[in-house]
Amino acid sequence: MALSGAEEEWALLMRAAINGDSSAYRRLLASLTPALRAAARRNCARIGLDDGEAEDVVQEALLAIHLKRHTWDPDRPIGPWITTIARNKLIDARRRRGNRPMLPIDDLADILTAEGGDDSMDRRDLDRLVGKLGERQRDLVRSLSVEGRSIQETAKRLNMSEGAARVALHRAIKALAALYRGGVR
Amino acid sequence: MRTEDLINALVVDLTVSKARFRHVLFGAITLGAIIAAAVFVLGLGVRPDFGQALETARFLFKFVFALSLVATATALLSRLAIPGVSAGLWAWGWLLAPALLVVAVAAELFVMPADSWLPRLVGSNARACLTLIPLLSIAPLACILLALREGAPTSPGLAGAVAGLVASGVAATLYASHCTDDSPLFVATWYSLAIGVVVLVGYGVGSRVLRW
Repeated sequence: MALSGAEEEWALLMRAAINGDSSAYRRLLASLTPALRAAARRNCARIGLDDGEAEDVVQEALLAIHLKRHTWDPDRPIGPWITTIARNKLIDARRRRGNRPMLPIDDLADILTAEGGDDSMDRRDLDRLVGKLGERQRDLVRSLSVEGRSIQETAKRLNMSEGAARVALHRAIKALAALYRGGVR
Repeated sequence: MRTEDLINALVVDLTVSKARFRHVLFGAITLGAIIAAAVFVLGLGVRPDFGQALETARFLFKFVFALSLVATATALLSRLAIPGVSAGLWAWGWLLAPALLVVAVAAELFVMPADSWLPRLVGSNARACLTLIPLLSIAPLACILLALREGAPTSPGLAGAVAGLVASGVAATLYASHCTDDSPLFVATWYSLAIGVVVLVGYGVGSRVLRW
């Protein structure tokens, strides 16, 4: 299959990430994003959702890949694992939008071979969901994401220990995934 | 917020070594079985003639039935809970237990006179069977569903139902050593009914709590 090159690279990065290599993890997510985006846009277009909504699917898929990464078995190919998660998030998005015609979602392999999808979009939806978190979690997430601060710096600014900041971040990420799932609009 | 901003936060949240899901699931099934076994030993215990019963084919068959259900349903469940792994032949594997049961029922009907069929089917523990198997399933089902929340089943209801199959298989294995009704006719009727109840509960709870 055409996707085996990228797939092997992703599997390699994910194995390193599981062992705690965060720069490999960053490269993995950065490399997955355009592929997910291209596939999400194409599939969303066919069911009448716009590129912004496709970006939501990308973000949801990234959250799920992150939170469920321990379900991937390093001895198995990573492609089907990623595409099943992405497909699931597309189906969720379609369901949330109500009575869309039930067009089939593209074949799984297409998702990974898709070209393009490099241009990111600003999503107010994610901001709105972050806004629904508690004040402390919100500040924490903003500091670590948009403001791009380190965990040490963020913890210091918020007067928390680094450990507490990590725990709070993990909770916030789980809460974001749950908010997405709840279809908050 | 851009997707790249989200990635920043996810990278920070990369904490080392969460247990592999497969191990979590098998651990949960084991833990659930241990709790159920403890409840069984404290509350019920094996039947008085356990030693003699072990020499009869009908008694032993109950374990063949229940354990084959546990094994096949566990194999299926570990596939249903992981994205991108197809169930393959295991989608049908759990039918082994009912198939064995059908064979056993046929054998029973063949060797026993027709006027004994009904009393054997009705038995004397039907109510206990219908109560105790679901009760003994509670701990395993709860453990398995909790573990499944760590997984990512694409069909939450189905995964919950198969979790119910595993849990009730564990419960049926324990209960079988307590129950004095050994006819396959009894097993096919009351065990199946009790297992069906647990599967339905698993489906209902699973479709609510296993979404991700």
